[in-house]
Amino acid sequence: MQKTNIKRRRFMAVIATGFAAYVLPLQAVAAVFKDVFSKKWNKAAFEETSIVNAGKSLQVDNEVNSQDIEIIAPDKAENGAVVQVEITSNIANTESILILVEKNPTALIATFNFAQGALPVVITRIKMAEDSNIKVIVKANNQYFYNSKKVIVLENGCG
Amino acid sequence: MAKTNLSESQRNMRMSAKLTGDVTEVKMIVNHPMETGRRKDDFGVLIAAHFIQLLIVTHNDKPVFEAQMGTGIAKNPYFTFRLKGAKIGDKLETNWVDNLGETGVGETTVVTA
Repeated sequence: MQKTNIKRRRFMAVIATGFAAYVLPLQAVAAVFKDVFSKKWNKAAFEETSIVNAGKSLQVDNEVNSQDIEIIAPDKAENGAVVQVEITSNIANTESILILVEKNPTALIATFNFAQGALPVVITRIKMAEDSNIKVIVKANNQYFYNSKKVIVLENGCG
Repeated sequence: MAKTNLSESQRNMRMSAKLTGDVTEVKMIVNHPMETGRRKDDFGVLIAAHFIQLLIVTHNDKPVFEAQMGTGIAKNPYFTFRLKGAKIGDKLETNWVDNLGETGVGETTVVTA
């Protein structure tokens, strides 16, 4: 009985969001967005301190090393507070790109999903606490692939 | 614990979308402190965690790019991604929400590079 209720509630939430997008002004849409989509955030994975457990929380398994994932990041970062990384996945049907930093206080940095013509390329700026591997995991065709790049950090960026 | 509330103007974000060939490069930067919750202010008081958790970009109202993040994205989050199939004049919109429930919106139209 309880299960049904939860399902129904989720269903209603989805319906409400779709409806809101059509009839409500921007401000109200933002409020609905906040309510429905904040529940999407993977709390457990983002709060894990170890890279292994973060991977488990994300249900990553049997990951295969792949040179088809390109990671462009500096070999030495002057300031760990801002380290620019550019990631390109050349793996067909890439759905998601995940960025993890092995030695940060919380390992998972971000997850990116691509849909409707978005190419699996992302450039962003991350924080790094100390010298560490940046590990990138790609999900494609329900399989996981990874590649890593070591970055030396001259000044801690996690404060 | 010290808190970092955002003013209306701080929630503004910048976005651009430039078309070359059939690929649109979408860039965005959001003004946000991205506090980890582990940093102390000048008086030694711990600054509360305050960071964007979710950011979604839609192209003509269809979601194309979704970023979930923790505290490890640098202050004033910056993202670039590429989109195939967008045309000049198409609308791109970004919505984000942070851990304190604050939200922000950005908008742009596709132009030639």
